[in-house]
Amino acid sequence: MNLFKDAGHLFRFAGLFVIAFIAFLVIRGYVVPKSFGKYGHYRAAAIDEIAALPIKYAGHQACETCHTDIATVKGKGMHAHVNCEACHGALAAHANDPASVQPVKPDTAVLCVRCHSASAARPKNFPQIDAAEHSNGVPCETCHNPHSPAIDAGGAK
Amino acid sequence: MNISRRHLLILLPTAAVAWKSVLAGTPEESPNYKMTEHWWGMLIDIPKCIGCGNCVRACATENNVPEGHFRTWVEQYHVTDWNLTNPEVISPDGGKEGFPAVKEDPNGKYFFVPKLCNHCADSPCTQVCPVGATFITPDGVVLVDPKYCLGCAYCVQACPYGCRYIHPEKRVADKCTLCYHRITKGLTTACCENCPTGARQLVDLKNPNDPIHEFLRTHSVQILKPQMATGAKVFYNGLDGSVR
Amino acid sequence: MSGVEGYMYPNEITLFWSVLIVLYPYITGLVAGAFILASLERIFRVEAVKPTYRLALLTALAFLLDAPLPLQLHLGHPERSPEMYFTPHSTSAMAMFGYVYLWYLMAVLVFEIWLDYRRDIVLKSQQTRGLLRLVYKIMTLGSTNISERALAIDEKAGWIVTLIGIPSAFLLHGYVGFIFGSIKANPWWSSPLMPVVFIFSAMVSGIAGVMLLYMALTKMRGQTIDMRCVDTIAMYMFYIFIIDFSLEMLDLVHRIYEADESFRSLNFMVHTKLFFSQIVVQILLGTLLPLILLFLTQVVKMSEKARKRIYTFSGIMILISVFAMRWNVVIGGQLFSKSFLGYTTYKMTLATREGLLAAIALTILPFLFLWVLLKLLPPWDHEKAHAPAAGD
Repeated sequence: MNLFKDAGHLFRFAGLFVIAFIAFLVIRGYVVPKSFGKYGHYRAAAIDEIAALPIKYAGHQACETCHTDIATVKGKGMHAHVNCEACHGALAAHANDPASVQPVKPDTAVLCVRCHSASAARPKNFPQIDAAEHSNGVPCETCHNPHSPAIDAGGAK
Repeated sequence: MNISRRHLLILLPTAAVAWKSVLAGTPEESPNYKMTEHWWGMLIDIPKCIGCGNCVRACATENNVPEGHFRTWVEQYHVTDWNLTNPEVISPDGGKEGFPAVKEDPNGKYFFVPKLCNHCADSPCTQVCPVGATFITPDGVVLVDPKYCLGCAYCVQACPYGCRYIHPEKRVADKCTLCYHRITKGLTTACCENCPTGARQLVDLKNPNDPIHEFLRTHSVQILKPQMATGAKVFYNGLDGSVR
Repeated sequence: MSGVEGYMYPNEITLFWSVLIVLYPYITGLVAGAFILASLERIFRVEAVKPTYRLALLTALAFLLDAPLPLQLHLGHPERSPEMYFTPHSTSAMAMFGYVYLWYLMAVLVFEIWLDYRRDIVLKSQQTRGLLRLVYKIMTLGSTNISERALAIDEKAGWIVTLIGIPSAFLLHGYVGFIFGSIKANPWWSSPLMPVVFIFSAMVSGIAGVMLLYMALTKMRGQTIDMRCVDTIAMYMFYIFIIDFSLEMLDLVHRIYEADESFRSLNFMVHTKLFFSQIVVQILLGTLLPLILLFLTQVVKMSEKARKRIYTFSGIMILISVFAMRWNVVIGGQLFSKSFLGYTTYKMTLATREGLLAAIALTILPFLFLWVLLKLLPPWDHEKAHAPAAGD
């Protein structure tokens, strides 16, 4: 009894801890997101939020839905596996609203050399040219159809 | 306009339906995507990479990657036969605008190595996150929750591959999402979609029909820094021993 | 891309852990070290250091209050930091920080100081007036019981708290070392010795800090410095510093001998980018010089004045050395590429959130805390006033 009286102040200090702990548990109950821990130690709703981000590149399937003529030509040529937006850029906006968003025609002088300018670092079997020597400034599409570039395969203009 | 849906529907029915719903502005109505049915990764075929930088540009466009930081980048290696373990590596602006042309080196070789988050199954970055703001999804993609991240950068330090950075405006950790917003709708990633040579291919290890299984059986495939035991899921074909 | 030599992964060029993250382990180290000094008297019965007991506790508290501030400033979203308490990730060394910090602050330091000062607090709550009286009244928690029995219970409880406090101080700082030591991606950090080295360097820096404070404050108050006390502290500082230095050298020798894949890159870094901060400041000036001087005080008979000068100089060099060690760990660990093919440069900003001015402010701040604590709870009252306990 006497001990309890003389140690009373210790219980007061301990009481502060208990109060703080209860307050912590109450606040925690409110602030931890509802979906936290659904699949693991994270907010499950974040997965859906990231999955709902907007798409910029429509994907070649969307292009081919309308541009079947180009898809047919391209499908037979050397660029069969080069997808549309690799050259034409991100066009989900165009696929979304074909009438009002018009793609800009790429400049072949910049575009073609990105892949085809010669460098010893590129794979040996990959077609490469020294632009100045190869065409002497004449635009690529003068001779090559970008959708089916091989000249002897009937792709020449 | 010559609309022929038949061709498309035969090729990739899920993609078609998904895109239809994307066009309609209701991506949530895309075909029921089940996380438990997928286990995503990527295959990188080094002999096919031409260092054009298309993947870096496409990634930056698709994901609004801040200038000077990279969710994917391309490195050019120069390895000389007398110094195999000390390669000369460059990646000007992450290879975004390609690489300067190099001349043949009779005593060495050149090649390109595209890099991205390895979406490790035992990722050191998710391990160290103090609050659970980065995690691996049930379908095997390592993501950052930008609404929960403190921006302490501990995960940046823990990634052995240098794939993470702190987003300068959002002030949270940022990294490759493997285009999670695309692959859950049946599309491929922006980098794979735009790779002209097929050097990058999205793979689904849980899909028995994915060509990756045949590829892994018939090729010598390696992951980056296997000694780190991260369970990396980006597989490299034709990876040189000097690559780090 | 200036400041880059060789090849860095493009995301590695800027450092994401700044000078504030250097400051943080330095400050927690001072806390742990000061507390260990206090426990020397309490647990290990080293009576000679008694004049520094209360000062050491208040110093520890002042620096502990400052410790989370550099972290908060560094965070991209400080407002989200409570998440560490609400959803701590069990596999993260950093997640432990919040809990260890609170435990150490409240259950160990504040409780121990409260127990030790309770008699003074109760007396002051009766002697002072106005706002100050209210402050003391709150600090009594409404209990004015300072009977002999109650004080005896406090003494016993305080002893137990200190006993728990020693492993807690080790935990507080050992985990800081673990944060770095457990990163397998970074060979400069990844070492099981890291927590141990952090603890021992923390002890040395904390002891040096309190010793300097004691000498300075005693001089400022016009009192004479208790040489028996300072001699004892310097002796402990010397021996612990030897252990610390041996551990660091063990780590270094091990790295040099093993010479794994990272060695060439790290070796080059130590000889170039870190040459000044590591070889010159940390090892030569900060460790070997004070070690030699302290060794001389142990074996050669010297005048009081000479000893005082050596202790002051060594104390300052030790504080600089330990800061350099934190710098070399935190900044050094980010200067080389994880490809081991290149190096970047740390560009410290001046007036930004993580700049030099913020770091200086956060270094001064604990002294302001200490000043308030010294005013509120003067550690030297009991020396002179041994008046009989009033009020029961």
